[in-house]
Amino acid sequence: MAKKIRVLIAKPGLDGHDRGAKVVARALRDAGMEVIYTGLRQTPEDIVEAAIQEDVDAIGLSCLSGAHMTLFPEVVKLLKKRGAGDIVIAGGGIIPEEDVQRLKKAGIKEVFGPGTPLRDIVQFFETAAKGG
Amino acid sequence: MADSEERKKLEKELRRWEATTLKDALKALPERRKEFVTTSSRAVKRLYTPLDLPDTFLKRLGKPGEYPFTRGIHPTMYRGRLWTMRLFAGYGSAEDTNERFKYLIAHGETGLSVAFDMPTLYGYDTDEPEAKGEFGTCGVAVSSLEDMQTLFSGIDVGRVSTSMTINGPASVTWAMYLAMAEERGVSRSSLRGTIQNDILKEYQAQKEWIFPPEPSMRLVVDTFEFGSKHVPQWNTISISGYHIREAGSTAAQELAFTLANGFEYVRWGIDRGLRVDDFAPRLSFFFNAHNDLFEELAKYRAARRIWAREMRETFGAKNPRSWLLRFHSQTAGVSLTAQQPEVNIVRTTIQALAAVLGGTQSLHTNAYDEAYQVPNEKAARIALRTQQILAHESGVANTVDPLGGSYFLEAKTDELEEDAYRYFDRIQGLGGVIPAIRKGFFQQEIANSAYRYQREIEDKERIIVGVNDFVVDEQPEVEPLRVTEASFKAQLERLKRMRRTRDKKKWERSLDRLRTACEGEENTMPHILEGVKAKATLGEICDVMREAFGVWEEPLLY
Amino acid sequence: MPARRAPSRRSRDSVRSLVDGLLAGDKRAAGKLISLIEDDEPEAMDVLARVHPHTGHAHIVGFTGPPGVGKSSLINRLVRAYRARGKKVGVVAVDPTSPYTGGAVLGDRIRMADTGVDPGVFIRSMATRGHAGGLALATFDAVRVLDALGMDLIFVETVGAGQSEVEIATRAHTTVVVEMPLTGDAVQTMKAGIMEIGDVYVVNKVDLGNEDVLVANLKFQLEPRDGWTPPVVRTAALEGRGIDELADVLEKHRAHLGSSGILLRRELARAKQEILENAQRLMAQRVQGLSRLGATFERLARQVADRRLDAHTAAQRLFDPAATRQRRS
Repeated sequence: MAKKIRVLIAKPGLDGHDRGAKVVARALRDAGMEVIYTGLRQTPEDIVEAAIQEDVDAIGLSCLSGAHMTLFPEVVKLLKKRGAGDIVIAGGGIIPEEDVQRLKKAGIKEVFGPGTPLRDIVQFFETAAKGG
Repeated sequence: MADSEERKKLEKELRRWEATTLKDALKALPERRKEFVTTSSRAVKRLYTPLDLPDTFLKRLGKPGEYPFTRGIHPTMYRGRLWTMRLFAGYGSAEDTNERFKYLIAHGETGLSVAFDMPTLYGYDTDEPEAKGEFGTCGVAVSSLEDMQTLFSGIDVGRVSTSMTINGPASVTWAMYLAMAEERGVSRSSLRGTIQNDILKEYQAQKEWIFPPEPSMRLVVDTFEFGSKHVPQWNTISISGYHIREAGSTAAQELAFTLANGFEYVRWGIDRGLRVDDFAPRLSFFFNAHNDLFEELAKYRAARRIWAREMRETFGAKNPRSWLLRFHSQTAGVSLTAQQPEVNIVRTTIQALAAVLGGTQSLHTNAYDEAYQVPNEKAARIALRTQQILAHESGVANTVDPLGGSYFLEAKTDELEEDAYRYFDRIQGLGGVIPAIRKGFFQQEIANSAYRYQREIEDKERIIVGVNDFVVDEQPEVEPLRVTEASFKAQLERLKRMRRTRDKKKWERSLDRLRTACEGEENTMPHILEGVKAKATLGEICDVMREAFGVWEEPLLY
Repeated sequence: MPARRAPSRRSRDSVRSLVDGLLAGDKRAAGKLISLIEDDEPEAMDVLARVHPHTGHAHIVGFTGPPGVGKSSLINRLVRAYRARGKKVGVVAVDPTSPYTGGAVLGDRIRMADTGVDPGVFIRSMATRGHAGGLALATFDAVRVLDALGMDLIFVETVGAGQSEVEIATRAHTTVVVEMPLTGDAVQTMKAGIMEIGDVYVVNKVDLGNEDVLVANLKFQLEPRDGWTPPVVRTAALEGRGIDELADVLEKHRAHLGSSGILLRRELARAKQEILENAQRLMAQRVQGLSRLGATFERLARQVADRRLDAHTAAQRLFDPAATRQRRS
């Protein structure tokens, strides 16, 4: 049996719009992955702790309230501090193009904006888990 | 369709048409798809005829301004007065948003609508740890009465109506508005506006709750009571379907869940001992204006008819104003694409048309850049112009309920009405709205619809222009809108100064009294007002409430 | 031998250093070790061999009961209660793998959101990965890892369907059966065998009312076993009611197990069962592999299918090729 890919889908900050996060979680499950969905109102510490205990291959962060520039890089930083910098991170939500570039520089591997086909997201996590 | 003879003749005619003209045409040119569906995946027939309407059709339709209000709540609708052009606005600090308000008013908007930032929506002050990184990014930060004063500086609140989109801490924000008006010598009886204050849909869809359902409902009814006595022109609630739809529901679910929530609020008001006719006229609604024009139209009309019927028959309201479903609408945010964003202007126009044809009392149109950010000025202006074109150039405002009588529309209206009643039965079977929330019923229905919709897009059963078809490899040029560090600092300064200079004894006393009121049964509004006037911040007041009421934890399924 | 998978990121960490980290309390090491075991990596046996001597300290409590009854919320509140008593708590929460897609959404962690960052708490979500019953194959090995990490209590939450009660009852020290009152007039029937399984019965969601009949029913049917009469505890997990009472009951049971010698007896029974299960798995692996035993297995199977040999003798010949047919007396 091929190894299971484990992904953490998280909603950092106060943003409560979880439609996208839940749809992505289901799509990843349908693609055979094990998805841990953290629920709402997670701090970067909550997310990093969960990622470590669950030993996930990758994290997907969702934020639609514009707070991504503070919250996403914080997760990257904390992961590195805890020696888990090898966990791949993707982001999604309402994120202008300028911020996409800045997030990538800060260590977010990929940013998926509105309208991204689910199969692209699935493929990303499949590749990320293989260490690609 | 009063005559069954007539019916038989029409049936025969229809069959003849199908067997001859239609059959030949299909042979030469088959239809593009096996089945055509609405945005909510409901089937749409090839042709609607008088046969699709029940015999009681004309009676069910009624006349505008009369029960059951299917065609509209006024006899003259937009011939008397256009809908309010009310653009949702807010970002950064109170000064930033005050500027945007003035810009929009100068360009012709006729009502104000305030968007608050995440910390404010959840009852946190800008200087609290939970607010980190979230200041002003999706709305304006209002932590105190002083912020409220700044927000409306130079605006005559006695003349303009203001809608405030806030739920968990709605009573606090309302109190700040009332106290602000009082300081300016504006009488409460002249204040017009709305607070969204619809906590039930938060548990179901938008998730901006603070306290558990029961204490939250108590706060809502406190506002009904206070409003009916002291602020008679204020809509103390905007019972919303918009967010339910945005979270992924179908049109039928939006209709049913919103009205079910509405009935629940009425029940709670009556249980408090209020007479239904004392508060029902000030209940207002808020619907989504989504892509499928006729489905949306049917939804609005079904909503008016159902509300009127239930208010009169089930709740025994006698005042015709209690039977009126007045609503604000907003074009569907979730339909906006990040790809080829200018095309969003077209989407918004069609959606706005649906709202206007549907008889909305007030309308917000989205800006084309909202898949990226809070709207920049130019984008907001175009959104406003869209409404002005509809009002002044398109002619649709010149007659009441222009599409009434369309066989398609009326059949769809009836269909949605039936769907809604089926949902009412299911909710009843689960024990009512709040037990159903606890069981995760609404949340699961919504998540299932959202997933199905997304799968339709993935499988290209549903085309989204620019996203899964008609795609271009272009980097969109969107002018960014940024919240500045200076705004943030100004806000922190204001808060710090206020905490330093306020009368500590008065402040403490007001919070103590509020605590006692929360733990007891008094109406909380007068105490919240006292707190706000004593310069207690939003966060401080909400903390008192959090202690007294507890906080809500989502009973999620996954 | 089946082709080896390419070493993943995970197996590159040396097992020894991971176990050292585990024993020093490093959560990242714990997470990785659990993954190694879950994924049945080649290093898994080495991990278990090194970890096992350091287990035996934690009180293992299994939670079973139908879906929707509030197990996760109950566990969440118990974790808080035990943290207040200065104990370290681990949680292994199992959710079903979809038989169609092979994937799973593991959602129990959500209800424990507030305790996730507490340094004295470790929560691991696990999918059943095709294993029948309410647990994953790796569940109790994961429990061992958390035991070695230093947890005082480890809660195991099952899926609540299938034979999960039986599985958990044979592996946990204390089995908690969670039920909730039905609304309406429906007569509440309990799954067959559930009355024999539990050490503690919890009636949750008592805030809904209507629980007296269920509680009375349970009390009436529960019989003492090994000197312990399973108590019925009423809780309303979301409101925090009955939690301290439940924690007290769990501590009492632990004390009872220790003082009465039952703990040792159960450990022995469990060891036997586990060895047997592991042996079965090993055997199954061996006979299905490309080996001499595998070839023998194929040959025997054909003989049985041709009616030249019966299946019982065939099984004996797997162990002892010279075994002859035994006359049944």
